[in-house]
Amino acid sequence: MKFAVVVFPGSNGDHDSYYAAKHVFGQDAELVWHKDTSLGGADVVILPGGFAHGDYLRTGAIARFSPIMQAVKAFAAAGGPVIGFCNGFQVLLEAGLLPGAMLRNRSLHFRCEHVNVRVEQTDTSFTSRCRAGQVLRIPIAHGEGNYYAEPAVIDALERHRQIVFRYVTPDGDVTDAANPNGSVHNIAGITNDTRNVVGLMPHPERACELAVGSADGRVIFESVINGVGGHLSRTLSTTVAGASVGVLDK
Amino acid sequence: MRTRVFVTLKPSVFDPQGTTVTDALHTLGYASVKDVRQGKYFELEIDASSSDEARRLASEAADKLLANPVIESYRVEVDAR
Repeated sequence: MKFAVVVFPGSNGDHDSYYAAKHVFGQDAELVWHKDTSLGGADVVILPGGFAHGDYLRTGAIARFSPIMQAVKAFAAAGGPVIGFCNGFQVLLEAGLLPGAMLRNRSLHFRCEHVNVRVEQTDTSFTSRCRAGQVLRIPIAHGEGNYYAEPAVIDALERHRQIVFRYVTPDGDVTDAANPNGSVHNIAGITNDTRNVVGLMPHPERACELAVGSADGRVIFESVINGVGGHLSRTLSTTVAGASVGVLDK
Repeated sequence: MRTRVFVTLKPSVFDPQGTTVTDALHTLGYASVKDVRQGKYFELEIDASSSDEARRLASEAADKLLANPVIESYRVEVDAR
């Protein structure tokens, strides 16, 4: 199976995403320039982290006009799995593929650290191999990850089980101290109503090998590879072994 | 036609930057400044035949791009000729 990683001017997590898909999981992967109009037959689309178009105007606000976004929208509308990490999440919000908006972090600080997020939903394209309530230790790196939507929208997200990840303590408790940016309801990631588009501020693609401090992000890739029916037998044998080492390591 | 668009966070949306500026002003002794809301200001030079047309175009631009309706609202002013 094949991953397409969209490259905007200012993306900086594109190669991390490409590396994870291609070299950690052994999948086909292609970097797709934002001015392209085709996703090249990809099975999964990643909108990577970074500062697309310099974050001019608002984070993600200009990226939504990039030609490739028409193809991404069509791909998502047809049920294709699309995930946005960090800035990619911000692009999904501005493009209207996910509801809500981002504000500056409550602290006004750029937060770059490992956080704990709890998997709230296991029936999305990117969490099907997670355990409900599983706590993942994954890095964040953002200044504008303070998720906001009007109360009625938040209620609908809760009711329709669209909140996929929440910031929690290492034990899985939702507390204000565990919230790195002030997001409402400790929201770290959400999905759309058809559950094939997911956006999250943390970076699972930067947590796929113990050499970088955590392999907890692997399960996100394993979920979508499994869902799409990729060469799972080969990759799973290695990733499951790696993930279990990760658990022991804590 | 010179048109100005002011974009601000909706009153219901917390403004961490405005709060920090308020605190800084208090540190400088401006206790009478009760609140600051930070926003964005755009100057648009619009080729329009009337101020109504300029206002309509600027509003459209704000709806589609300059403001994010989830968190922001905007106000348009057009210079009288």
